[in-house]
Amino acid sequence: MKKEILMGDEAVAMGAIHAGIKSACGYPGTPSTEIFEYIMRYVETQKASIHALWSSNEKVAYEEALGASYAGGRSIVTMKHVGLNVAADPFMNSAITGVNGGLVVAVADDPGMHSSQNEQDSRYYSHFACILCMEPHDQQEAYDMTRDAYILSERFEIPVMIRLVTRLAHSRSSVTTKEPLPQVLLPVSDKRSQWVLLPINARKRYSRLLSVQKEMIAYSEASPYNHLEIKENSRLGVIASGIAYNYIMEYCQEKGEELSVLKIGTYPLPVVKIQKLFESVERVVVLEDGYPFIEEKLLGILPHSYKIQGRLDGTLPRDGELTPELVRLAFGEKPKEHEKKPDLPIPARPPALCKGCPHGDLYNALNDAMKIYDGGRVFSDIGCYTLGALPPYNAITTCVDMGASISMAKGACDCGVFPSIAVIGDSTFAHSGITPLLGAVKENSNIKVIILDNATVAMTGGQETMCTGDRMDKLILGLGVDPNHYRILSPVPKNLQENIDVILEEINYKGLSILICRRECLQTAKKKLKSKSEKE
Amino acid sequence: MKKDILIAGVGGQGILSLAYVLDNSAVDAGFCFKQTEVHGMAQRGGGVVSHVRLSDRKIYSDMIPTGTADIILSIEPLEALRYLDYLIPGGLIISNSQPFINIPEYPEMDQLEASIKSYNSILFDATKLAKEAGTIYAENMVLLGALSHYISIDTEIMKKWVKNLFAPKGEKIVNMNLKAFDAGLDVVQKWQTH
Repeated sequence: MKKEILMGDEAVAMGAIHAGIKSACGYPGTPSTEIFEYIMRYVETQKASIHALWSSNEKVAYEEALGASYAGGRSIVTMKHVGLNVAADPFMNSAITGVNGGLVVAVADDPGMHSSQNEQDSRYYSHFACILCMEPHDQQEAYDMTRDAYILSERFEIPVMIRLVTRLAHSRSSVTTKEPLPQVLLPVSDKRSQWVLLPINARKRYSRLLSVQKEMIAYSEASPYNHLEIKENSRLGVIASGIAYNYIMEYCQEKGEELSVLKIGTYPLPVVKIQKLFESVERVVVLEDGYPFIEEKLLGILPHSYKIQGRLDGTLPRDGELTPELVRLAFGEKPKEHEKKPDLPIPARPPALCKGCPHGDLYNALNDAMKIYDGGRVFSDIGCYTLGALPPYNAITTCVDMGASISMAKGACDCGVFPSIAVIGDSTFAHSGITPLLGAVKENSNIKVIILDNATVAMTGGQETMCTGDRMDKLILGLGVDPNHYRILSPVPKNLQENIDVILEEINYKGLSILICRRECLQTAKKKLKSKSEKE
Repeated sequence: MKKDILIAGVGGQGILSLAYVLDNSAVDAGFCFKQTEVHGMAQRGGGVVSHVRLSDRKIYSDMIPTGTADIILSIEPLEALRYLDYLIPGGLIISNSQPFINIPEYPEMDQLEASIKSYNSILFDATKLAKEAGTIYAENMVLLGALSHYISIDTEIMKKWVKNLFAPKGEKIVNMNLKAFDAGLDVVQKWQTH
């Protein structure tokens, strides 16, 4: 037993380490990144024998983790919510194969879209795949649940999801940790009928998955993570999942109120506990940080006499992050009085590219080159360079998902857009840019793909990238790109005119061009300098 | 004891180091604490905020509910005014007066200062005190020193964690930061006697 200060993300990492994982896989993405970084640091400082290196993307990471499970080791795979879309194929099918060594998929959702393009709720994925999901309400539970998740994964022979939300992922508190378990390697699986998903095997595996659902519900029913507290005089009941439990308890603490509360920590939902709550109260308010997942399940589509309130009847907003204020309002309280707002306007301070960032130099050149073309479009991607959408650059016209720059530029070009430009970073290119480029090479599409090679995953804090410099050149030329239209630019202010000229030259070429903008990220360069000077 | 402190600033101003000292000191002094922080997109030159909650009883919400923060501690004057809906009426603002200007519509300094002074506030040049202590990077420790006067944690405990934080960087850096901490504490102690 040891007391440690851990962030929600770090508590999950520590839980996995103490459960004896052999392997950690993942792709960075806010707010999940720190789970993996904690494991990496632990491996480095403790010389632990855990394989922990970032993967090219979430799908690859998931499959690597599944391979580790097949080989008999416990493994964790980490990603943000939209990363699970990328990994959805192996995720869904791993529920059918099942696991050998325990497999935990830790997904961090981002309600309120602090750093994301949507606020999808991963609990729908766990339901879709028919697996167990655990949703901690605090750092201690994040640690305890992750440890338990390995036992459950091996007991039910399924992957288990840990669902975090931004506020817990990035909040610190004290955690009491337990003795670490030794790393155990089970025998490598040799059950081909389990792992070869030909229809004849897959049908049996799916039936098997369905047959353990009852046992999973029984687990949820008995689990202390689903805690029901009935207060005799309370006519109002609350179902609160994950971090929402903190907000209702904050409210009860402040008001000195005693409400009947069912805390939800594991899915599938504990049906009997829910029934007991409904039997003891007149109405139930459902509090969830994310989509109204539980609320929808309770409501169903047929009429019933239960009074259920939440995000669907307007008691709480349908979208956005749940907050202690919204919970107060949901119980009919007035907003709290606070200090008056200042008498002068407070201008926003939005995130911006760093001063002197190479992306800024590229956008200056690109904007200049594009000004003579009315119909031109710039399809961008996920990374720091998405900030090129904001003033002073206003340089990009789309940003949808990892890799979409190249495929959308090609699709738009096929439909007549000219010039059709894609802007993508080196890490995003390695993640999901190579496959769409293959199609553009095959057709020699008239698109210009600008790859911002700053040699790092900058947005999420400078993780190592898979494909930069020489390796990138060899890879892209190896795909069959015409070397005459593979241009390397150096995005610095003094090269502005030269870079404009190169972009214009390539726009005038009717076919596929690749422009590599190569200059190290300022933050990474700074970090290197700093660690060098500290060593000296 | 219950203290809810909202720490504001701009990415790169050392809010996380400040929170590190507070978190560890709280545990050391036997208090419960929760502390949220902002990562990712908002770090790139944007406003950054951390909620620190200290209490002698269980803390539920990771976020400070609006209208309940006892103190806003800001490493930058404009950011000191951004989160007033969190501040309890009459709550205290402790802020650095040195601006970090990276946006075109940054208010005029005299207006900004007048506005902060219209609240229950302590506004002083923490950057200057940090420089005097030996490093401009210690402005966060100046402000932490100022804050230490208002929370029931022994300053010696807090200084121990300042030492632990900077120990890997050598004794010289440790001493500069301790000096900065003391300079901040000195400002508020004198402020009291005004």
